[in-house]
Amino acid sequence: MSKRTVEFNVGRNPEMGVDGSVVDSPILPFDIPEPDLDTENMLINIGPQHPATHGVLRLVCELDGETVKRVIPHIGYLHSSFEKLGEYRTWNQVVPLTDRMDYLAPLIYNCAYVMTVEKLMGIEVTERCKVVRVICMEMDRIFSHLLWLGTTAIDVGAFTPFLYAFQERERIYQLHEAFTGARITTSATRVGGMMADLPEGWTDGLQDFLDTFPDTLEEIDRLLTRNQIHIGRSQGIGAISAEDAINSGFTGANLRACGVDYDVRKDQPYYDYETYDFEIPVGQHGDCYDRYLCRMEEMRQSVSLLRQALERLPGGPIDVEDPNISLPSKTDCMSDMESMIHHFKLITDGIPAPEGDCYMPIEGSKGELGMYIVAEEGGTKPVRWRIRPPSLVNLSVLPKLAEEHLVSDLIMINASLDIVLGEIDR
Amino acid sequence: MLDETKTGLDAVEGGPQLSEKSTDSSGGKMDDPDGHPSVIALFSQFGDAVSGHRVFAGTQHVVWIDSARNLEILSWLREQQDHQYDMISDITAVDYGAGRPIEVVYQLFSTVHKRALRVRCKLPLDGLEIDSIVELWSAANWLEREVYDLFGVTFRKHPDLRRILMPHDYEEGHPLRKDFPLRGRFSRAEQTRRALDQSVEHSYIAEEMDLGRDPQQATPIIGTKDRDE
Repeated sequence: MSKRTVEFNVGRNPEMGVDGSVVDSPILPFDIPEPDLDTENMLINIGPQHPATHGVLRLVCELDGETVKRVIPHIGYLHSSFEKLGEYRTWNQVVPLTDRMDYLAPLIYNCAYVMTVEKLMGIEVTERCKVVRVICMEMDRIFSHLLWLGTTAIDVGAFTPFLYAFQERERIYQLHEAFTGARITTSATRVGGMMADLPEGWTDGLQDFLDTFPDTLEEIDRLLTRNQIHIGRSQGIGAISAEDAINSGFTGANLRACGVDYDVRKDQPYYDYETYDFEIPVGQHGDCYDRYLCRMEEMRQSVSLLRQALERLPGGPIDVEDPNISLPSKTDCMSDMESMIHHFKLITDGIPAPEGDCYMPIEGSKGELGMYIVAEEGGTKPVRWRIRPPSLVNLSVLPKLAEEHLVSDLIMINASLDIVLGEIDR
Repeated sequence: MLDETKTGLDAVEGGPQLSEKSTDSSGGKMDDPDGHPSVIALFSQFGDAVSGHRVFAGTQHVVWIDSARNLEILSWLREQQDHQYDMISDITAVDYGAGRPIEVVYQLFSTVHKRALRVRCKLPLDGLEIDSIVELWSAANWLEREVYDLFGVTFRKHPDLRRILMPHDYEEGHPLRKDFPLRGRFSRAEQTRRALDQSVEHSYIAEEMDLGRDPQQATPIIGTKDRDE
């Protein structure tokens, strides 16, 4: 990446630079004879209630001194069996379960779920709905990356970016609230449309955010990108090769930091992403620092995507005009017999699905977010609803990445993967 | 009204029941394999090991293969120049209930050819065993553990097959099976008692117990010793 102009070496590995060349270390090597001490490995337990594990993740580590020999992650402390609960609910009733999984980017999950159901049923949503969903998803990508940025900075000792990031997140919270009535549990989508159209003046609020947010992002960039401590803590830490990354299931910014330009928005486009003008940031080294750079650039690209989406936001209805899918307006429901029957049938029975299964990946904030739905002929509930959780697959690489690193690096590697336990445990 | 409430709760206790009328989605049916080169190649290469092919949701190609040859077929799909499915997006399973076979589902994607393919294997309820594919994709490690945990499918030669989302000493069965009641098999009191279990064996798996054991000590020390005195 072109931004990587400062190559620092803080003496932890003095003889090798990032490109393999010899780097002069500011710390002179000194020779102390190794004392003959007992070298028994130690077992320590981090979590589940530890702020640096970013949720209720528990890591049992085998340590040799301060070096991590082995990490055994334990997950499932937040397991709520959403997939099982979904089998008892009609298609629209599942939506509130989705935002409780990734509470850092709830709208992406809302959209991903209904997009899969619509694909299975062959429903084509309106142009306005498509653009509104693109706005929702890009907004929440920034929303999620900001939390990642703030908490990761705190993990390496920088407190200020956290405050800056959360100030900006608060503005997205308010946009969430103005649109959906909730700050986190948005439940904004319905099969065939949205819960409601964008309220009056909402796009002006988003435009305000887009006008000032890039400045804040640049301030955070100035605080971290060339910060000697941040560089020392992240360059060359937790590196993985492109081939290994693909094989071990990395997706999203973690994979792109390794130099693979895989992005679902480009490779399996949905919602006309191919007509938007945006770029996929790609790293070179696959270490924590490149993951940081990729996510920073992704936020800038999302700002540009949001501007384009606002520009092309068309008018017209937001729900599909099919009485078997979308609920009628309340006025129609109270004054028109047909509408009332449709309302009653939709609420009591739900929407019948065709037989079959459907897997739809979208580019979530953490990586490839796939929803897999199996339905029986005419079924109004899923036979199986499966979420392909990007954080789970990304986290499964942690033991490999953290091997032979220090415990403090383990915290940095874990933070750089950008996990959310609500989605890992589901 | 009372009756309705009762039936609602029965459903919760008994697990979701599917109607017998619903058809088996593969049923040996064949859709036209045109339009997906890997499907055509699979038919010509493996013939009788490919038992079905359907196209769902417009463009999604699904093939059913013989569960005994999953490793061979998937590694072929991974290695062949024309296919190169180098990424395994997802591994999961589907239980249709009513005694029908559980199906293991592999979502493949090729970053080279930008193609996706779904491969499914049927496993009869009395033979829930299939070869692990961790040697092909290391991403399969946790995904297969999840299928084992929630469906009870055993993956042969898996390096570390133990529960992942449920506690490692969970004894109520496999929660995503259709015959598993929504509230679990044990009573609420028993579930609470187990959840509050403070024993070291409940929190650490056997491997960790071995690592953490002090050689001088028969059992690990638990922190409350001083307070008890």
